Amino acid sequence: MKTLTYREAVREAMREEMRKNEYIFLMGQDVGPYGGEHRVSGDLHSEFGEWRVKDAPISEQGIIGCALGASITGCRAIAEIPFMDFIMLPMDQICNQIAKYLYTFGGQASVPLVIRTAMGGYIRAAEQHSQCLEAWFIHIPGLKVVIPSTPYDVKGLLKTAIRDNNPVIFVEHKYLYGMKGEIPEEEYTIPLGVADIKKEGNDVSVIATSYMVHKALNVANKLEKEGISVEVVDPRTLVPLDKETILKSVEKTSRAIIVHEAPLRGGIGGEIAAIIADEGFEYLDAPIKRIGAKDAPIPFPSVLEDFILPSEVGIEKTIKELL
Amino acid sequence: MNNIKLNKELILSLYETMLKIRLFEKTQERVFKTEQEGFTHVYTGEEAIAAGVCANLNKDDYITSTHRGHGHMIAKGGNMKKMMAELYGRLTGYCKGKSGSLHIADFSIGVLGANGIVGAGIPIATGAGYSIKLRGTSQVVACFFGDGAVTQGTFHEGVNMAAAWNLPVIYVIENNLYMVGTKTERVCKVCKNYAVKAQGYGMPGEDIDGNDVIEVYTATKKAVERARSGKGPALLNCMTYRHSTHFVGDLDVRDKQEIEYWKARDPIKRIEEKMLKEKIITEDKIKSCRDKIQGMVDEAVEFARKSPVPKPEVALEDVFVE
Ligand SMILES: Cc1ncc(C[n+]2csc(CCOP(=O)(O)OP(=O)(O)O)c2C)c(N)n1
Ligand SMILES: [Mg+2]
Repeated sequence: MKTLTYREAVREAMREEMRKNEYIFLMGQDVGPYGGEHRVSGDLHSEFGEWRVKDAPISEQGIIGCALGASITGCRAIAEIPFMDFIMLPMDQICNQIAKYLYTFGGQASVPLVIRTAMGGYIRAAEQHSQCLEAWFIHIPGLKVVIPSTPYDVKGLLKTAIRDNNPVIFVEHKYLYGMKGEIPEEEYTIPLGVADIKKEGNDVSVIATSYMVHKALNVANKLEKEGISVEVVDPRTLVPLDKETILKSVEKTSRAIIVHEAPLRGGIGGEIAAIIADEGFEYLDAPIKRIGAKDAPIPFPSVLEDFILPSEVGIEKTIKELL
Repeated sequence: MNNIKLNKELILSLYETMLKIRLFEKTQERVFKTEQEGFTHVYTGEEAIAAGVCANLNKDDYITSTHRGHGHMIAKGGNMKKMMAELYGRLTGYCKGKSGSLHIADFSIGVLGANGIVGAGIPIATGAGYSIKLRGTSQVVACFFGDGAVTQGTFHEGVNMAAAWNLPVIYVIENNLYMVGTKTERVCKVCKNYAVKAQGYGMPGEDIDGNDVIEVYTATKKAVERARSGKGPALLNCMTYRHSTHFVGDLDVRDKQEIEYWKARDPIKRIEEKMLKEKIITEDKIKSCRDKIQGMVDEAVEFARKSPVPKPEVALEDVFVE
């Protein structure tokens, strides 16, 4: 085992895959010699050179369209959109073009590309640099959506995403980039569509994504000392979604809370809650609860941002209310 | 008509391509109204552009196409039967009958897709150019789009990137003066001499008579040679006019005199006159050529009519690939 940050794990996944296939390239603003807006690409430019690690102009439609054009003509693109907020600019390319290319043309061309983007708040970055928009993409058939929470997961899942012949929206989290974790020395991958139980428990299932997994774990560890046993389930990928693991957990605990950082309204919590209600209603001893951001844009000062976004105090309170 | 001397076989093949498009589209206008669903935009009047550009391309070169894309497909060597079957929504169509007139593609001959979103193909073509650079082949991309697409942000982004990186892409504007019912000059200050825009991006640009197939062919040849030798992209602004309404069944707000002016400059009539004058062809040969091609189109229609409609479950295929 070795210790890597989440950021280094992303970079290592790209490096390993790029060494295997000379037609994989990374494109984005400042991914080259500068090393990436979140320092993720680091030294990749010096290893792979100008055409495989390509600094792009500030043209999000251009970058994503270019990634698509290259990916249907023999390459595999990794496009970086450093703040998920900016992903609104190339939405046509993502949702009307990339997601539908295989389907529209009757299966003639697959689109093996990954759009890596970083979501998330708690960094005092205000309304246009903090959003979590993963729910938008699960609503578009044809896209896979991956949302890893740990260095181990992010590396294994990114390698799989790069090898996948379908387009993948790969949602990293800015707050997690510095987080350290254990990673095997040897190569490994993690399949898409397999949830991970981050902590086993018996009293309540907390289904959490991305940074919220860590908040849920902190609460679970605290409550353990009070005799409350919390199971933390990380779906890891939203499309495909591992319903079975979620339902099995709820069957065991009879209580479900879904936690995501995105606004509650229209968030993935609604989708997961509906699945539990449809397919696991008889397991439940209490209503399904959802925790997400309050329905407002994200202000920058800590006093305001922390009020809007989910908190450990809030998760703890909801768990106790449910038991 | 352009005076450049091309060999006889080449002129005849350009003519034949244009005629294929014309007769396909004339037939499509007719059968669409009673036998097909959806929407269809035909290419009549603009045939010289697709024919002149694609005559410079190899099978493994790429094109991106538009909502008015049947002509591009035919000029690139597409299969009329599979195309007509797609327009009829049949399983034997290019897209299994799922997508229809706005979404024809044939990846086996480098047609990377027609597109229902105006301007969306421009960065995709740029990306195909990027891929050519990365893979180190000598292919090129021809990117077709209308004068309306030039007002999209994708034009600016896609063309700038290709220029910055010397990508082998020929951007071809099919400048028919209109975006649906709005005359482009009412919403765009520089719109007849788009070639000046090329200069702003650092690539060569040319304003061309898009109804003169020889001029289109010759300008494209230069641009393609340049692109193949690694010298980067070019912009060709081809002035033309559609004979039909925007889509079949749409209303026409265009000035009658303007329509007459342009119909008198019909690209097919012009090449026929030139060929007759230079004794490249005879009236009889023109007639037999038309009959032969109409026969092919009729066969395509018959093929489409006889083809099976997809089972409803086909609607769930191809969302993801293994
Ligand atoms: C993004 C987008 N906006 C609007 C439309 C509706 N629309 C379809 S064709 C068209 C006109 C396009 O004009 P031009 O690019 O000049 O092509 P032409 O139809 O003249 O060949 C418009 C506005 C669309 N399909 N996509
Ligand atoms: Mg137009």
